[in-house]
Amino acid sequence: MATVEVTFTPLPAHVRTARLVATAVARRSGVPETLLDEVRLAVGEACSRAVEAHRLHCPTEPVRIELTGQDDRFEIEVINASAKGASAQGQSASQNMAVPAGFSLAVIAGLADDVQISETPVGTSVKMSWPTSGSIAAGSPA
Amino acid sequence: MDLKLEHYNKDGIEIVDVEGEIDVYTAPRLRELLIDLVNNGNYQIVVNMEKVEFLDSTGLGVLVGGLKRVRAHDGSLDLVCTQERILKIFRITGLTKVFGIHDTVDEAIANRKSEK
Repeated sequence: MATVEVTFTPLPAHVRTARLVATAVARRSGVPETLLDEVRLAVGEACSRAVEAHRLHCPTEPVRIELTGQDDRFEIEVINASAKGASAQGQSASQNMAVPAGFSLAVIAGLADDVQISETPVGTSVKMSWPTSGSIAAGSPA
Repeated sequence: MDLKLEHYNKDGIEIVDVEGEIDVYTAPRLRELLIDLVNNGNYQIVVNMEKVEFLDSTGLGVLVGGLKRVRAHDGSLDLVCTQERILKIFRITGLTKVFGIHDTVDEAIANRKSEK
């Protein structure tokens, strides 16, 4: 069961709120201060991507985030309920930005040391995790 | 913190001071400003990011878009940034090779003048 679950209307303004909540929960879960910027940026990227996909395909469906603090890892899952999540993000990116589709996923991959992206029957799940202070002190792999 | 944008001309180069967070919500305002500057004939631009607290890929896209616009007029778009947390995203994406990134506005201007 997630430590904290957040759902929000797919509006760009709410992405900042999601970043703030995720960073606060990460800090409380024991993620080292030096990694909190990475958590903040990665969750922002995943949420931005989800918001754009939802706005194109299912604007009434909320974006969902699950934040889970376990023994040695802190995990964030951003669930994009749009069944066309990946392609939607690509279309949006090509229309509004000067960067290629999938750019945000590349950024996430560069930030989190463990990233899993999977297509589910309802959309795309982006799961990321970081070590907590306890695991680093114990010498667990990051 | 929201996004605060100011701009002024110094030595023929348009300086854009950016303060706050550049993300999917605020980036369109920066994009509009850069488009307006280019449409008004400003093709030498320096974006001062010393007071930027957050930058995501949407913001990067806006900066790359601005760079493409000024380059279409043989112009330039340089950045001023010394914050490690912001520089990191440029490194991850390889954009440190695309943008001229300087420590101060004066250094960015001097570098641009020397390349003319």
